[in-house]
Amino acid sequence: MDNQNQPLIFEQSKQGRTAYSLPVLDVPAVPLAEMVGKDYLREKEPNWPEVSELELVRHYMALSRRNFGVDNGFYPLGSCTMKYNPKVNEVVARLDGLTHIHPYQDEKSVQGALELLYRLQENLQEITGMDAVTLQPAAGAHGEWTGLMIIRAFHEANGDLKRTKVIVPDTAHGTNPASAAVAGFDAVTVKSDENGLVDLEDLKRVADETTAALMLTNPNTLGLFETHIQEIAEIIHAEGGKVYYDGANMNAIMGVTRPGDMGYDVVHLNLHKTFTGPHGGGGPGSGPVGVKAELEPFLPKPLIVKKEDGTFGFDNDRPQSIGRVKAFYGNFGINVRAYAYIRTMGSKGLFQVSKDAVLNANYLLKRLSDHFETPFKQLCKHEFVLSGSRQKELGVRTLDMAKRLLDFGYYPPTIYFPLLVDEALMIEPTETESKETLDAFADHLIEITKEAINTPELVQEAPHQTVIGRLDETQAARHPVLRYVNQ
Amino acid sequence: MSEFRYLPVTEDDRREMLDVIGVQSDEDLFSDVPEKIRFKGELKLEPKLSEPELVRFLTGLAKKNVSSSDYPSFLGAGIYDHYIPSVVDSVISRGEFYTAYTPYQAEVSQGELQAIFEFQTLICELTGMEAANSSMYDGSTSLAEAALLSSGVTRNKKIVVSETVHPEYRQVLATYAHGRRLDVVTIPEKDGGTDLQALEAAVDDSTACVIVQYPNFFGQIEPLKEIETIAHGVKKTQLIVASNPLSLGLLTPPGEFNADIVVGDCQTLGISESFGGPHCGYFAVSKKLIRKVPGRLVGETVDEKGQRGYVLTLQAREQHIRREKATSNICSNQALNALASSVAMNAFGKKGIRELAEQNIQKAHYAVKQLKGNGISVSSDHSYFNEFVIECGKPVSEVNNALLEKGIIGGYDLGKSYAQCKNKMLVAVTEMRSKSEIDQFAEALGGIIGG
Repeated sequence: MDNQNQPLIFEQSKQGRTAYSLPVLDVPAVPLAEMVGKDYLREKEPNWPEVSELELVRHYMALSRRNFGVDNGFYPLGSCTMKYNPKVNEVVARLDGLTHIHPYQDEKSVQGALELLYRLQENLQEITGMDAVTLQPAAGAHGEWTGLMIIRAFHEANGDLKRTKVIVPDTAHGTNPASAAVAGFDAVTVKSDENGLVDLEDLKRVADETTAALMLTNPNTLGLFETHIQEIAEIIHAEGGKVYYDGANMNAIMGVTRPGDMGYDVVHLNLHKTFTGPHGGGGPGSGPVGVKAELEPFLPKPLIVKKEDGTFGFDNDRPQSIGRVKAFYGNFGINVRAYAYIRTMGSKGLFQVSKDAVLNANYLLKRLSDHFETPFKQLCKHEFVLSGSRQKELGVRTLDMAKRLLDFGYYPPTIYFPLLVDEALMIEPTETESKETLDAFADHLIEITKEAINTPELVQEAPHQTVIGRLDETQAARHPVLRYVNQ
Repeated sequence: MSEFRYLPVTEDDRREMLDVIGVQSDEDLFSDVPEKIRFKGELKLEPKLSEPELVRFLTGLAKKNVSSSDYPSFLGAGIYDHYIPSVVDSVISRGEFYTAYTPYQAEVSQGELQAIFEFQTLICELTGMEAANSSMYDGSTSLAEAALLSSGVTRNKKIVVSETVHPEYRQVLATYAHGRRLDVVTIPEKDGGTDLQALEAAVDDSTACVIVQYPNFFGQIEPLKEIETIAHGVKKTQLIVASNPLSLGLLTPPGEFNADIVVGDCQTLGISESFGGPHCGYFAVSKKLIRKVPGRLVGETVDEKGQRGYVLTLQAREQHIRREKATSNICSNQALNALASSVAMNAFGKKGIRELAEQNIQKAHYAVKQLKGNGISVSSDHSYFNEFVIECGKPVSEVNNALLEKGIIGGYDLGKSYAQCKNKMLVAVTEMRSKSEIDQFAEALGGIIGG
């Protein structure tokens, strides 16, 4: 990485430079005052920079060298499925006829786009075992909220207004309870048992006639398969609730089992995780939602349908729909990439993806298990959770080990999540990593555990090789500086 | 040889790895999945394609679409055909940016963090606000989240929104409002703007916020000065303005009218139409609301040696810390599109954004003149930005079909969203339309509508 501090683009500005070019205005100009009232004509220009095109390019090249993606190296960030983002996806997503099209064009002038979306819907239905899919939600959390609004609309349509609560496991991702709150529900926690699975007795205790839904990933957030999933679904269904599948961990089960066959009623998928939509530095994602037939009337509108004459179009005539969850039709560009990926892999390939993802995770777990506390003894699925409690006794925290990994050229695992594991490290290698990569990572992490014993300060003071050291987060929060101000 | 180029595990690797794990086969790794729910057989998906086959197939699908690169487009209504500097795609194609995730580990994410910090600054400068977040999904969800924020801060349930706000934004607002049990009151459109008398009558001390769009869905420049007086005439009520950021190169920013929250979509600055997404919502606030903002914020700080650096900050607002008490459930946002938009904004600079906005308003006004010259009746008064309303006298879909046959993408059928706008078309004219394209459009419409 580049060790030079990179000035802000605003600090590189010099009056008179430019990095764009427009044709000269070719229509007669009318005085602005004749078109815009005087209160509404901007007087003070925004303090945007003036730089040449090359300076702009070099600025972003410098910033890119100060950033780390999957293309740079191993990125085992648990629960985020940081797999390879295929280059051909980027090529096809930029095709002119997929990029420069407007959502309000007449249906007949966008048949290719509609056909692609329709085909994607059909494939996702088959992968999840659901009866209908909407591609409108923009990301996973958006899909969660959409799914919960669908469940809410279902209960309301039945005149069942007493269902105020959504059950989430104590291991759940923070978006689950947050989405429940935005959908107007109270989030209630169900405990995990000593094997890291939903505690059935506790579930029976919290599930009742006020339960709208249970939200549960499977494999769960600890990377463990909820073996009793059918029983869990029965407990919720017996109380009249619905079972919601958070698709964050879909990468473990493609072709192995389907949410629709496990007893789930609603599913969201993260196309930017399992289906290679690139993570983009934090987005955009895409969070399609699939439902069983009885919930289909409540899906957001419009839906993309195939008409009797074989053409594709929008179905807006959906009186029970929850309405719109996003303007237009979702993150189309990400949906194109996911479709390209599904077509590249086919059914056999996706099955192989899940098998390899689980193989890689179990292999890495095995290689590390003598060196860390392993809170759960069973096989994992696509990811696993270690505890840094042994190292903590030596005065070396999980955060320190994560920072030390940076020195070896790795993006660290997810840390301090799930909350119920002390000093957690959550590791998801994904199927696109080779055995050599996993071995090298394991060797380095084991070396760090030895450093924790022999030279703890080397770990505690890490990172040593990065462009910047550990940053003062307390100062950032106490005295927020959220923008540049020209002195 | 492997059949799959993204999968590096060889059969030899597999045997070794299974040995280390201590199981016999792949199957054993799934012994915890009960037999009853195991999927039998093969998923019925479309057949797999090689790389050249995939490119050929998708190129074929793409060719079934009419793109604004092929035909001049006069279609806007929230998404527009604008100039995107080439440098934008070059930057966002860097693997270091597009294959990274949320910059949790600041030491190896300074590039993304600094880029977001610059994005936040660019948005603040443009809107005249004091803080901006790192992005929302799009303009519509950004607007809905603004309403939720207002309701939370004021503890009021009534959301007052003008009918001249984008119809789909209002639909999304309605969905969110239903979730949070808020009441949405819609103020009717009058002469293409917000009915100010009705607005004044609707705002009372139970009102969380007044939401208007500037320029509004019909292209008109809403009188923010008067609207602000009405909204802030009530003690707690907040003013939320949805704004096309490109227009703010020319128009007085909402911050100068004391807007509390300004939202919108950066599609107009560096992001392609892409059939409606991914685009990039922005969310800007006044100082007092900084700790209530949804989503990620980047702040400046220093490391142990005093070097300047950037981190995700004020995370106590967010779902991964605060869970059900978070200000929003948003996690992934539209980071790469925020980066795209930043590159475009920096390419334009303070002079370019003005020129861009001026070209839009000039060309739209020229188009109106030409349309009138061809006998078309224009409903908009003089105060519009780059969109205006024309009277078709027949179904807009018919007119658009006829335009498409002439190789032109026509405007938006307002009758779809507004009962009072039957046979009216919303026309957008951006800097991309040349004089000759505008002349041809006016002439073609004159023939179709006049004839």
